[in-house]
Amino acid sequence: MARWLSAPLLLLAATSLLPAQGNILTVVAPPKLTAKKNTTVTAKVAVQLRNGFHVNSNTPADDYLIPLRLTWTAAPLEAKGVAYPKPKMEKYEFSEKPISVFTGDFDLVTTFQVPASATPGMQVISGKLRYQACTHKECFPPKTIEVKLPVDIVN
Amino acid sequence: MYLSLRRPALLAVAAIGIALAGCSGQGSMRAAVKAEKDRNTAPSFTLKDATGRTVQLADYKGKVVLLNFWATWCGPCKIEIPWFIDFEQRYKDRGFAVLGVSMDEDGWETVKPYLEAKKVNYRVVIGTDEVADLYGGVSSLPTSFVIDRQGKIASTHVGLVSKSVYQDDIEQLLENRGQVAERTAPAAGGN
Repeated sequence: MARWLSAPLLLLAATSLLPAQGNILTVVAPPKLTAKKNTTVTAKVAVQLRNGFHVNSNTPADDYLIPLRLTWTAAPLEAKGVAYPKPKMEKYEFSEKPISVFTGDFDLVTTFQVPASATPGMQVISGKLRYQACTHKECFPPKTIEVKLPVDIVN
Repeated sequence: MYLSLRRPALLAVAAIGIALAGCSGQGSMRAAVKAEKDRNTAPSFTLKDATGRTVQLADYKGKVVLLNFWATWCGPCKIEIPWFIDFEQRYKDRGFAVLGVSMDEDGWETVKPYLEAKKVNYRVVIGTDEVADLYGGVSSLPTSFVIDRQGKIASTHVGLVSKSVYQDDIEQLLENRGQVAERTAPAAGGN
C-alpha cells in the first residue's frame, strides 16, 4: 500500500499529520496597558487553542489533571486575581464522565493593583501560562509559556 | 520531566506508520504487527521500579512485552490501564508482560498512590527524556510498543486505540504468527 508514494512525499504527508506542540496553544501578544498609580487595572490575555484540542480548565475535577494557570511576577504591578472563562463540560472517548475544559479562543482577565510606589514609565510584566493539552485520543506534555504584558505606569 | 519534542524526523516516521495504517483501511490508529524481517530491536534502558529495583528491558528476554509510555495526567492512558491489568493476568503464564513507563514530572510521589488505587498488577518504572528519546521522542501519550520474544518492536501505537488492537498484537506474537501477518496485512509493514 502507498508504495507509489516517494519518500519525500511520505515525509511531507506525515509531518502534516503531526501537531507541533508549540502550535497547539497560542497567546496573542497583549496590548499595552496604561496603569495609574494607586488604582486597580485589568488586562486581558487572549488565548487561541487549535481546533480539535482541549486544555484542562483551571478547575479540573480530577486531582491528577493539570489545570491551566496564569501567574504573574510580583512587580511592577501586583496581580490580585485572574478571571478564567466558564469551563465547558465535555465528554471524550477516554473519559467516563464529562471533564472541565477550555477549547477554542478564550480570554484570561487579570486584575492588577498599581502600587503608589510604582515607578512611572514603560515596563513589562512577566507572566507564565501553564497548560496541558489533549485531543480525544492523545495527550501532550504539560507546557509553560512566557507571557509579556507591556505596561505604562502613570501618575 | 518533559517529554522530548526534539525529534521531528522520528516523529515523522511514526506518523508515516499512522498514515499507512489509515491507507490499509483498518482504522486510522490500527496497525497489525510488522513482519519479522521489518522489526527493529527495542532500545535497551535501565530504570527503577517503585521498590527501587533496577529494571532493564533485557530482563524480559524471551517474553512478549507491552511497553507503555503513560502519565497520570493523561486521560486516554487511564482507559488503557485496566486493559493492561487484564492482559498481564491473562497472558502472564504464556510469556507476556506489561511494562509501564510513567512520564510524570514528580515521579513516584504521584505515581505510587495512583498505581495502588488502580491495583496495577504489572511493573511500572519512572521514565526519563533520554529513554523517551530512544523510542523516538514519545511526543504524546499514550504511546505503546509491542515487543516480540526476540526483543524487537513488532508494533507501535500512538494515542488511544481499542483493546482488541493490543490483544490481536499480543496473541499474534505469543503464537509467533509474524509471517502470517506479513502475508495478510502487507500495508502494515511500514509502521
